[in-house]
Amino acid sequence: MKPLNIVLTGVGGQGILLASDILCQVGMAVGYDVKKTDVHGMAQRGGSVVSHVRLADKVFSPLVSTGAADFLLAFEKLEACRWARFLHRGGVAVVSDEAIPTLALAGSSGGAPYPDDTTIAHILCAHASQVDIVPAASLATELGNPRVANVILLGTLSRFLDIPVESWHHTIEERVPPKFQELNLRAFDVGREPMAREYHPC
Amino acid sequence: MKRLLLGNEALALGADAANVTVATGYPGTPSTEILERFARYPGVYAEWSPNEKVALEVGIGAALVGARTMVTMKHVGLNVAADPFFAVAHMGVEGGLVIVSADDPGMHSSQGEQDNRNYAKFAKVPLLEPSDSQECVDMMRVGLELSESFDTPVLLRVTGRISHAQSLVEVNAEQIERPRVAGSHAFGRDPEKYVMLPAHARQRRVIMEERLHDLQAYAETTPLNHISWGDRRLGIVSSSIAYQYAREVFPKASFLKLGMAYPLPVQLIAEFASQVATLLIVEELDPFMEEQVRALPSVPPEHVLGKEVFPSIGEFSSELVARCALEHDLIASEFVSLPASRESSDQPEPQVELPARAPLLCPGCGHRATFFTLRQLMFQDQTSVAEVGQAEGGGTPGTDGPYHRGTLERRRQYGVVVNGDIGCYTLGAFQPLFAMDTCACMGASIGMALGMERGGGKNKVMAVIGDSTFYHSGITGLVDVGTSGAATTVVILDNGTTAMTGGNVNPGTGSTVDGRPARRVDLETLCRGLGVEDVQVVDAFDVQEIEYQLGRALQSTEPSVLIVRSQCVLQGRPASDMVSYVDAEKCVGCWACLVTACPALVRNRDKVEIVTTLCADCQVCNQICPHDAIVQVSRHPSNDAAGVPSAGPDPANQATEREKARP
Repeated sequence: MKPLNIVLTGVGGQGILLASDILCQVGMAVGYDVKKTDVHGMAQRGGSVVSHVRLADKVFSPLVSTGAADFLLAFEKLEACRWARFLHRGGVAVVSDEAIPTLALAGSSGGAPYPDDTTIAHILCAHASQVDIVPAASLATELGNPRVANVILLGTLSRFLDIPVESWHHTIEERVPPKFQELNLRAFDVGREPMAREYHPC
Repeated sequence: MKRLLLGNEALALGADAANVTVATGYPGTPSTEILERFARYPGVYAEWSPNEKVALEVGIGAALVGARTMVTMKHVGLNVAADPFFAVAHMGVEGGLVIVSADDPGMHSSQGEQDNRNYAKFAKVPLLEPSDSQECVDMMRVGLELSESFDTPVLLRVTGRISHAQSLVEVNAEQIERPRVAGSHAFGRDPEKYVMLPAHARQRRVIMEERLHDLQAYAETTPLNHISWGDRRLGIVSSSIAYQYAREVFPKASFLKLGMAYPLPVQLIAEFASQVATLLIVEELDPFMEEQVRALPSVPPEHVLGKEVFPSIGEFSSELVARCALEHDLIASEFVSLPASRESSDQPEPQVELPARAPLLCPGCGHRATFFTLRQLMFQDQTSVAEVGQAEGGGTPGTDGPYHRGTLERRRQYGVVVNGDIGCYTLGAFQPLFAMDTCACMGASIGMALGMERGGGKNKVMAVIGDSTFYHSGITGLVDVGTSGAATTVVILDNGTTAMTGGNVNPGTGSTVDGRPARRVDLETLCRGLGVEDVQVVDAFDVQEIEYQLGRALQSTEPSVLIVRSQCVLQGRPASDMVSYVDAEKCVGCWACLVTACPALVRNRDKVEIVTTLCADCQVCNQICPHDAIVQVSRHPSNDAAGVPSAGPDPANQATEREKARP
């Protein structure tokens, strides 16, 4: 099977680890060997979160190397920029248009301002062959729960992967509590279909 | 059935499957999930002990009456537990005893880096090193068996990238569903083995050496150590996670994979070395195997490569292993498979400086007001840097050597010295709070503060320590303060939990790791009992009271303890219906509130705004604002009859809940 390296990133609290868990389980279900590793510890306190997912016939290292990721799934724009160097030249970035501000006072945040959309597009397009900016947060709010933005983004990622939609649905049903199943399945389907409000800056 | 498990979950599963009935530990990244997960199995006893030393002592006791036992800790925890570790290495065990050390190469969440494989050699006990989750399950079983058959504790060493990586594990459902029977054994009285007097210990020392000899023979033949032949021009010896990186980077090479890395199977290594042209040792951190291999008379030193290729600092990755190999001309590039397809030079990357997203104290954290106040105390009577330099006559000769970073001026300052400690509150050391001067190891703050006082320092000094760290190893420091006639001020930040590692219970929590109610330590009474009469308790969100009590305690000539009490915001503090709100008319953009480093406070041009969804209504910023611009309003504007504005900037666009620290 085609090896896949996927890096998921965002800010603590955005459901990144659930999304990477689902991705791994789907990979397992279709017969991949799977390894995954996340950032723990200090980074948990509002820091940047990165999850590495590797799918192949046989996986050795759990870490994706710089310039080796096929996909970057970013739940936040600044974090997308920070980790874009993981993508290889043909890689695809699926990025939520959400912006979570960094600490306001210079000194603790390295002093740099939050980049504007032109700068963000510039960075992402320099690393990826394709960039999909998805309004995941507002779509999730429209679906009734801002927390399902992560599953919307998984839906968008799923367009690029040769994995049957049934496997995704089945895994989501297994992974989320019964009362949120329908909402999450809807969120996945919303992300999987091309959307009027998504855009490609490159 | 295959399941995707964290290395730590796999260790817990392996322990349960191998009939471990007692597990103890002290939480610490990257080890914490082992015990948290193990505690969920039915019919087992698990405890978060006050510290690693006690954890191991409880573990030794359990093993001596025949229970299979696991003790878990992070790398620096074994420093704390070193005393009983060496003792039990002499005494041996009855039931299997596996001590798990989770090392942190790269110091993702630690105060220092150390390679705990050295402890196995130091204490003369066998060392197992799994390289993925399946091996975590398997080696836990093998470790317990080894422990029993060789009458020795076993050190099972993982690293963060084993503990916190998930990989597939074969799980036997029947094994998990089986009934568990707690042990019921009579103690096998044997004073010559268990009473470590000099006369007995001398006998045990001989037995330890014999045991090591036998373990060495075992290491030569165990399937944990195995060769897979490839191209014989390059032979690689590796263990732990470094083995996975090496397998990825050198697909054609021959491999000697060591699951049991102490005692080293020297004959096996010599045989392997004799059949390959170059012997490359790939190991993270210290040259632990390399030094031993180089000492083998049968291995020509000119054929061995190790730390001249790879660094002995920090975490490895496939990328790093490949890059180091390519840079070394003794390794043919045909052996090296680059894990990345990107050519670094084909297109310049845009050079944009991105703002960092440093870890922060949570919104609503009970440590914020204290550190804000400490910051004031540290810098209020600060003589200017130039004046200090002159007053000190330009500095003491001999102290500005190459190992002292920064200038003398920066190092000599008046104002209160804050000796910090280890926990979430160590984040108070970062800008803009910047309110910590030292942080060494668990519990060190109190002894160091006392030492500064005794050393004749001109500054007023104090110690700041969390509740869990105080129970861990601050108590003995306070005994010294309380009984030695000192005037030291100790602040105990009591939030009732071990927060940094994900909210683990401690002796002040009032419950056990598996959720049963427990007695709790009466902290005030404890401190008074240790000889400190001046013990005050303040509300962690009352800025004025904290300021007053700290000022008073620092002036006092008696030792004092100030307990700053709150409930950790991540541990079930009820959500408030109110939030703080900035009145834009009154806000002058002085940024005084931003010094609290609260993630809910954001700068919008020349004013501050509060992100409603993040605000936890702690009201610390309200008290700090010199212009009374921050007021408390309803979180839900529609419920607010008076129509007081309460909206923050785009609440729908913010993270609504923090990720739990445990997956």
